[in-house]
Amino acid sequence: MDTSSYAWTTFKLFGGAAGVLVLASAIGALLKWRVAHGAPHAVIDNLNARVNAWWVMVAVIGLAFAFGKGGVIVLFYLISFYALREFVSLAYTRRGDHHAIAAAFYIGLPLQYFLVWIEWYGLYSIFIPVYAFLVLPILSAFGGDTKRFLERTAKVQWGLMVCVFCISHVPALLTLHIPGFEGRNLLLIAFLVIVVQGSDVLQYVWGKLFGRRKVAPELSPSKTWEGLVGGVASATALGAALWWATPFAPWQAALMALAICLMGFFGGLVMSAIKRDRGVKDWGTMIEGHGGMLDRLDSVVFAAPVFFHALRYWWVP
Amino acid sequence: MKDQLANEAPAPRVLAQRALAFATARLIVGAARLLTGVRAVWAGSGPKAEQTLYFANRSSHGDFVLLWATLPPDLRALTRPVAGQDYWLASTARRFIGESVFNALMIRRDGSGGGPNPVDQMTEALHAGDSLIMFPEGTRNTTDEILLPLKSGLYHLARACPQVRFVPVWIENLKRVLPKGTLVPIPLACAVRYGAPIALQEGEDKTAFLDRARQAMLDLRPEYDRQED
Repeated sequence: MDTSSYAWTTFKLFGGAAGVLVLASAIGALLKWRVAHGAPHAVIDNLNARVNAWWVMVAVIGLAFAFGKGGVIVLFYLISFYALREFVSLAYTRRGDHHAIAAAFYIGLPLQYFLVWIEWYGLYSIFIPVYAFLVLPILSAFGGDTKRFLERTAKVQWGLMVCVFCISHVPALLTLHIPGFEGRNLLLIAFLVIVVQGSDVLQYVWGKLFGRRKVAPELSPSKTWEGLVGGVASATALGAALWWATPFAPWQAALMALAICLMGFFGGLVMSAIKRDRGVKDWGTMIEGHGGMLDRLDSVVFAAPVFFHALRYWWVP
Repeated sequence: MKDQLANEAPAPRVLAQRALAFATARLIVGAARLLTGVRAVWAGSGPKAEQTLYFANRSSHGDFVLLWATLPPDLRALTRPVAGQDYWLASTARRFIGESVFNALMIRRDGSGGGPNPVDQMTEALHAGDSLIMFPEGTRNTTDEILLPLKSGLYHLARACPQVRFVPVWIENLKRVLPKGTLVPIPLACAVRYGAPIALQEGEDKTAFLDRARQAMLDLRPEYDRQED
């Protein structure tokens, strides 16, 4: 593939995202003007805060793309860092876990991204599930505190799996060698992010417009069947419509998008359950209108490894 | 000896020291922000340019840094942490940070004879117009206890300085960032929660006031922290 068509494809994807955001900003301003009459309005103000945060997020991703592989790895390294910080902050740990948590932050996290950087698939795919899994409880055991031991170690391991291992599968998409698609792997990341986040946004829109019946009232009061079905169907259609930017045929793009959307939805449910257990609504306060880093990423976390392995199984010889 | 030399040193050296103090303050606040993403939650009162005594829970040497970092910059200049001199005067670097960077009020914590009484020192500073950050538990809380009983100093200060706002503060999570006996801080999201000011009421005795102050601090804890009581 020649680079100019790749650059043009990337430009079209970002142009499309910017176009959607211009529309969203216009609608937000219109709602603020006509419905809220400029007065404070919880739902509309939150919508506008979300749209503004989206502008920043798209700009940040665009900047990372401009720096290529290094930029993307640094970006997701930082995302993992903030996500892990949010996760550990809310988890119940004791003084005896200090070394395990320090190892997670200062050894597990950088090493995982280094392995992705040098494209050592054989190690980065098992480093956290095998080695970190075994070493962390050893470090916690040295703390000498047995109170709620299994629960505490499980939390640190979960934090690493969710925030580092799973998220690192987004930049790991760059390490796949798909015949006929060389040098264009950033588009796979764009496809994943657009479909997952598109699914979240469309579920939100469908839910706000038509939502009646709740899917899981005790987990997440804002998720409805109408939002789920409408959002996943339209995001699948969106994914299919993006087939020209991917190595997929349209029907393959639709199936991939469907798998991504469903995993993303389940990811949101699981992460909500963890939050409910701790009695909080959001993971943090980092992204205005959205909550924390993990609130925005819960669906990416569950979708990324599945997308990665589906691609690797069927498209990498 | 050292202080005498510093006083007689030419102006450029004093300027350089001030610049270094300023840069160090920025560096410390920046590092604290990066590690903890600290944010201020003004639950009961907004930040006000009025003379204030902030009293907070104490679990590590970084407590006042975090509290200080969440104050608006113009209030920082007026606000002095109260710090134990046995720790902060123990080395040149600590002395520089304690005295030049944070302008701390150094007190004796061990309570042994000799030297001025800490409560008198704090009263004097408040009468001179400073705002203070103090930790009424008296010592670092390294136990599993959520908050130690408060020392009586807070009560004596409230009686001596009725014109000062007494603002309860809860520093959340910091204890887990750097527990006692560890060297490497771990990154955790921390918050500094400021409550509504409390004042000594007519005829209120020491125990009642200290209980009320302690409860005001505990009430600032977030929901998910209270479950583990």
